[in-house]
Amino acid sequence: MTRQTDSFEVDGRGAWDIRLEHVRAGYTGRVVLDDISAVFPAGAITVVLGESGCGKSTLLRHIIGLARPMAGRILYGGQDFFSLPAAHFRRVRRRFGVLFQDGALLGSLTLAENVALPLSEHTGLSRSVVREAALRALSLVGLENFADYYPNELSGGMRKRGGLARAIATEPPILFCDEPTSGLDPINAAQMDQLLLDMKERYPTMTLVVVTHDLSSVRRIADHVVLIRDGRVGFAGTADELETSNDPYLRRFMDRLPDDGAGRLAAAPVNPEVRAALDDWLKR
Amino acid sequence: MLGEFFLFFVDGIRHCFITPKLFSKTVRQIYAIGAQSVFVVLLIGLFTGMVLGLQGYYVLVKFGSTGFLGAAVSLTLVRELGPVLTAIMLTGRAGSSMTAEIGVMRITDQIDALEVMDIPGMGYLVAPRFLASVIAFPLLTFMFDVIGIIGGYLTGVSLLGISEGVYFGRIESSLTMTDITEGVIKSVVFALLMTLICCRQGYNAHRRRDGMGPEAVANATTSAVVISCVLVLVADYVVTSSMLR
Repeated sequence: MTRQTDSFEVDGRGAWDIRLEHVRAGYTGRVVLDDISAVFPAGAITVVLGESGCGKSTLLRHIIGLARPMAGRILYGGQDFFSLPAAHFRRVRRRFGVLFQDGALLGSLTLAENVALPLSEHTGLSRSVVREAALRALSLVGLENFADYYPNELSGGMRKRGGLARAIATEPPILFCDEPTSGLDPINAAQMDQLLLDMKERYPTMTLVVVTHDLSSVRRIADHVVLIRDGRVGFAGTADELETSNDPYLRRFMDRLPDDGAGRLAAAPVNPEVRAALDDWLKR
Repeated sequence: MLGEFFLFFVDGIRHCFITPKLFSKTVRQIYAIGAQSVFVVLLIGLFTGMVLGLQGYYVLVKFGSTGFLGAAVSLTLVRELGPVLTAIMLTGRAGSSMTAEIGVMRITDQIDALEVMDIPGMGYLVAPRFLASVIAFPLLTFMFDVIGIIGGYLTGVSLLGISEGVYFGRIESSLTMTDITEGVIKSVVFALLMTLICCRQGYNAHRRRDGMGPEAVANATTSAVVISCVLVLVADYVVTSSMLR
């Protein structure tokens, strides 16, 4: 049974596109993103790309409702997310799975308890069924043998995969991943990419939003790319369009070419006084 | 500022009634706040009672009324020192860890992760601590009082030679239900105050202006302990004066 609110289906697993309209976002008085308008198509993998510190994670925090935009609207299936009544807002957010940058696993719970948390909190399932579901989710990310480990006993990559297992435990229609491959070795990064592709294959209507600056990930998984540059949308289109773009900035970005500031080291020599103090310190 | 504390308090109490599966979370917190503090409460309670017995004896002996030692020790403990010292000890032991744990969860996105899983942080973290404190504080205060009276007995009766019958007889004749009620009311008020301050400091650690990241958590913990201890003493005066009317 589905509930309708103003013809807006908030239950069920139907696909929604995510639309940003003139979003301005930032933190207390500091604008990080200005006039962001973009569409994340339903059932596609959209990669939000950009330099480090350009505001990708800030944008994600606003899209998932952890912060309210200073201006503009974020629409899910055509409905303004932040104008929804509190109960509907929460019901929309139940459709999200979110992988945070460092996994954000609860330190006082084991990996299995972390993954089981949404199920144990929101359903009346027995402990054994919930644990079985958690182990299944952990097996999808290759961590079934670490179920009873605490997060601080795991490596950064494992915590990230554990965070993904928790995000997918409820089989959410919309999955957000913040820097899923950052800090991972090439093999684990490729495995993470493959995992996202497998998820997509298993749940074809799932909408994936991946925030990253990992170009190999972009080339591997992206259906759609939104590039943030100087707090605005610098590019929006398919991954192929990005690859073939002649825009000088996009070419430099995709070909990993340094910007004009590459000669900064030569332009800013070390202060002789600092150098002398360092030499003195090394001799001691 | 006061408004924020009030809203946090109301929200925390509201979540005590709407949070699902609160029982197991509360039991876990009772263990953390209560059971793990039993030893230190008993230890401090014993020595407080012993000191009270010693000091009380040498004051009362000047007036030739050492027989009142039991009454002096028990009334001081039950009405005043029991609730206050227990609250201050629990602030140092359990309150600081509350702030630090919630603060670390805040700065490492764990509370945000709860929110996006539709698990309100107030319900998952704060409400069980409110309930656990309200249950654990009076129980620990009771233990403190009992062991303190035993401490007074050890010095007054065993060491200084007061009659055992006189010591306990005076306790029985002077201690009334009103005194015990006052102690219980104080311990509940201190429990709510301590939990409110400590949880709120941790929950908003990311908004502090005197530090970022781990430093913010450290500062939040220090503030929580200092503010809680001061407010416990202020509340003690307010409750005492209203009860004595």
